[in-house]
Amino acid sequence: MIRVVLPYHLRTLARVDGEVELDIAGQATQRAILDALEARYPMLRGTIRDHVTERRRPFLRFFACEEDLSHERPDAPLPDAVATGAEPFLVVGAMAGG
Amino acid sequence: MSQVRVLVGTRKGAFVLTSDGKRQRWDVSGPHFAGWEIYHLKGSPADPNRLYASQTSGWFGQVIQRSNDGGKTWETVGNKFAYDGVPGTHQWYDGTPHPWEFKRVWHLEPSLTDADTVYAGVEDAALFRTTDGGQTWNELPGLRGHGSGSSWAPGAGGLGLHTILLDPGSARRMYIAISAAGAFRTDDGGETWRPINRGLKSEGIPNPTAEVGHCVHRIAMHRSRPNVLFMQKHWDVMRSDDAGESWHEVSGNLPTDFGFPIDVHAHEPETIYVVPIKSDSEHFPPDGKLRVYRSRTGGNEWEPLTKGLPQQDCYVNVLRDAMAVDSLESCGVYFGTTGGQVYASADAGDNWAPIVRDLPAVLSVEVQTLPPSRAQV
Repeated sequence: MIRVVLPYHLRTLARVDGEVELDIAGQATQRAILDALEARYPMLRGTIRDHVTERRRPFLRFFACEEDLSHERPDAPLPDAVATGAEPFLVVGAMAGG
Repeated sequence: MSQVRVLVGTRKGAFVLTSDGKRQRWDVSGPHFAGWEIYHLKGSPADPNRLYASQTSGWFGQVIQRSNDGGKTWETVGNKFAYDGVPGTHQWYDGTPHPWEFKRVWHLEPSLTDADTVYAGVEDAALFRTTDGGQTWNELPGLRGHGSGSSWAPGAGGLGLHTILLDPGSARRMYIAISAAGAFRTDDGGETWRPINRGLKSEGIPNPTAEVGHCVHRIAMHRSRPNVLFMQKHWDVMRSDDAGESWHEVSGNLPTDFGFPIDVHAHEPETIYVVPIKSDSEHFPPDGKLRVYRSRTGGNEWEPLTKGLPQQDCYVNVLRDAMAVDSLESCGVYFGTTGGQVYASADAGDNWAPIVRDLPAVLSVEVQTLPPSRAQV
């Protein structure tokens, strides 16, 4: 089980409270998490990564285990602590106000 | 008694304002989609309880919302706006080629006859259509591909397709406008397009009378006379009597002919409204006085409408999609400001009063005139 923390506006859009828990078959990677997340919450498609290029939207970052994983390859294995659910995978919006 | 539903898009959410035909007491619902920019929301003429909204964010991109109950509840629908084929480039502000990139939906125009068919005008400029209620969107590539697309350049707010007019007399004719490319028309349902900018003159481009490159801010028509078009250009208020084949200026005695919205009275095709703004450098009303100008002669002769509007220290703007009219017997006129006020006049502009004063900056205003049972939200 993998835990995902979404920013406020995406929790509202997906109509979820708190963390999202996902079961993923195979290795835990960014792509696997986002595929599973978008499958369960189709309204999130296009809001975290581009529909066409599948690249992370520029004002979002991926953090876990106190590390910035934003620039890791989408298929790179995530830390064991994320894969086991000990630590959450954080989708973070840039601190740009307005 | 008929009822009125005013759909307001703002920088921080959508609001639905409802009243009876007197238009004196209003119920305010919202914010819907709080914290998101709502560029535009509009109801289907074929089913007034079917609404569509463009919800957008610099962080999270584009979302499209649909309501089947007049705005009480909403559901997300498709938000994939992929350009047809290899998008290529348009001009950047400095004239260099710049890749076409989807940014957001500026305007949603539901079909006049089918609640599941909607046109979307997007930035970077292109026209999309759904025929399944918003689940899937496909570009009408003949517009960008008609030949001049690579020369289009963005206006200050971006390269947005902001106006979509459907000809009620001819299902295959429609007009669109792009900042800053100009106006275009199709006569075959969107397959092929051509620019319709003859008569426009814009000093800010290399050739002031070029076929494309004009910063058209808004076009309006009266449904009884779809060949007559009115345009608020960056500078100049223009008119065409031949479906856009040619334009002539009707700015007349306006204090300034810069502005954004333009609209037509619901029952008087020669009565039109604009909101003069001081200049493209100072986006607020001249002299701090918020005045709507009305022409009852299709342009050239204009009168200021001031009763109920602030006549001192007012420095708001009124954006291009933020004016609309209802179709009650005494035509109502509505507009929203960047200061968060939505003003309404129930007597064609003679008298004004704010419905709300303190919303986030208003991006768009649309109005639905409804039978009594359909306005509750």
